[in-house]
Amino acid sequence: MLEVQDLSVSYGPVDALKSVTFSAQPGAITAILGANGAGKTTLLRTISGLARARSGSVRFDGEELLGEAVENIARRGVAHVPEGRGIIEELTVEDNLRLATLWCMGRHDRPEAVERTFELFPRLSGFRRHHASTLSGGERQMLVIGRALITRPQLLLLDEPSLGLAPLITAQLMALLRDQTVGSHMAVVLVEQNAQSALSVSQRAIVLNLGEIVVNDSAANVAGDSDLRHHYLGF
Amino acid sequence: MSLFINFTLNGITEGMIFASLALALVLIFRATKIINFAQGAMAMMTTFIAFSLLNAGLGYWWAFVAVLAIGFVFGALVERVLIRPLHGKSELNPVIVTIGLLVVLEGIAGAVYGNASRGFPAAYSQSGLVVGHTKIAFSHFDVFVLVAVLALMGAILVLFRATSLGLRMRASAFSGEISRLLGVRVGILLTLGWALAGVAGALAGMLVAPTSSFGPYFMDLILIYGFTAAVIGGLESPVGALVGGLITGLCTSYVGGYLGSGLQPLGALVLLMVALMARPEGIFARPPARRV
Repeated sequence: MLEVQDLSVSYGPVDALKSVTFSAQPGAITAILGANGAGKTTLLRTISGLARARSGSVRFDGEELLGEAVENIARRGVAHVPEGRGIIEELTVEDNLRLATLWCMGRHDRPEAVERTFELFPRLSGFRRHHASTLSGGERQMLVIGRALITRPQLLLLDEPSLGLAPLITAQLMALLRDQTVGSHMAVVLVEQNAQSALSVSQRAIVLNLGEIVVNDSAANVAGDSDLRHHYLGF
Repeated sequence: MSLFINFTLNGITEGMIFASLALALVLIFRATKIINFAQGAMAMMTTFIAFSLLNAGLGYWWAFVAVLAIGFVFGALVERVLIRPLHGKSELNPVIVTIGLLVVLEGIAGAVYGNASRGFPAAYSQSGLVVGHTKIAFSHFDVFVLVAVLALMGAILVLFRATSLGLRMRASAFSGEISRLLGVRVGILLTLGWALAGVAGALAGMLVAPTSSFGPYFMDLILIYGFTAAVIGGLESPVGALVGGLITGLCTSYVGGYLGSGLQPLGALVLLMVALMARPEGIFARPPARRV
């Protein structure tokens, strides 16, 4: 379980996050919603070690993550899919996947894990030896989500997976995310601008506004509160 | 015609040496996006260490292997001690540091060994081979140069293309942040890139020293040729370094042979200018990513 306690992050004089406290449960998707500049991406980057916290704590399965190196946090089972796809364009699709398995799997288990990902995303299979730079937006998103899932992470941090995707592909990815999460041991923190789409697959929803949590409730309650939706989520 | 053949053979040998130094520059540039202006001086220093080992009575091959190992450690140390602390600072800082290192190393070598040129032993005879009744400009030592550089290139290519360590190194060079998010210990791999460059540079020094005026500045010109070769090859491709080295070697050999050896550096600079104008990204540069 992920427990974030009183987390504050600053960029110089600007407070990006102010005393943020929430938890994310295994087998559930927690949506982090809010406008541009609300601090959503900073929150994920702080959990995965890419951004430095000013104060607070981020505990995962009881162990503190703050102060740990990014690669060590990844090796604890935290998979972060950053905004803007996060593929390594110069590597082939297969090498992108294989790279994620190197720290956690033996040589003989890797091919099977890669094949499992191609079964999950059959469309990628035909591009396995192509450079990742040749993929379309939707295929890139499949690749980064597949690459994150290949290690069977305990915590999946997804930053704007729907950005720039057609609604149909977004819906397919969200459905897949829900199927992979519910009933599993994986906790998912999903940052989204597309609040409607995120709420449709999430169990919890947190709304950030100017670095502060203004709502922390079940996704169903947030989706059903029209005042809140109009005020913070724009629909 | 025989002159042309001899200039060509000479160009190939020199080109392989340039390729070795170009490979060192490429390994560092693709890992850390820095041009290491001290690469030649580092090679000079390791060659002087070989000189000392040989004078102390160590056999040539023992000294050869020891110097490659010292080059490995030297490259790693430079990255850890001088370059790593500059991470995240202005891009100009590491460039200035490598130029400073060049000056310091040449100063140390001059202070310890003196500035006079001296001889350096070759692994094999430098007398031209006889084909039929004609002596050609290609010796046993030149064969050794070819084999040694090709072996190093081959080993680096196998490392990059066929091993998981190579995959990690390539990934770290292309995107450090994403690699770290995938559990790759990027820091150690960047150090390894500098260490391997140290080996390639040390090899270049051992191959150049017997054929030049061996002294504290004997690698300065080779660095310019190596840099030309690396730029022609695209700065990020080991194969590009080899091809760029051969092009530079042939060009300087023809210029030296037909126009006079004093014009060789000028020939290399003209080649560099033409290459930059015709194909600024280099022959083997990665194609720019296509936005879709």
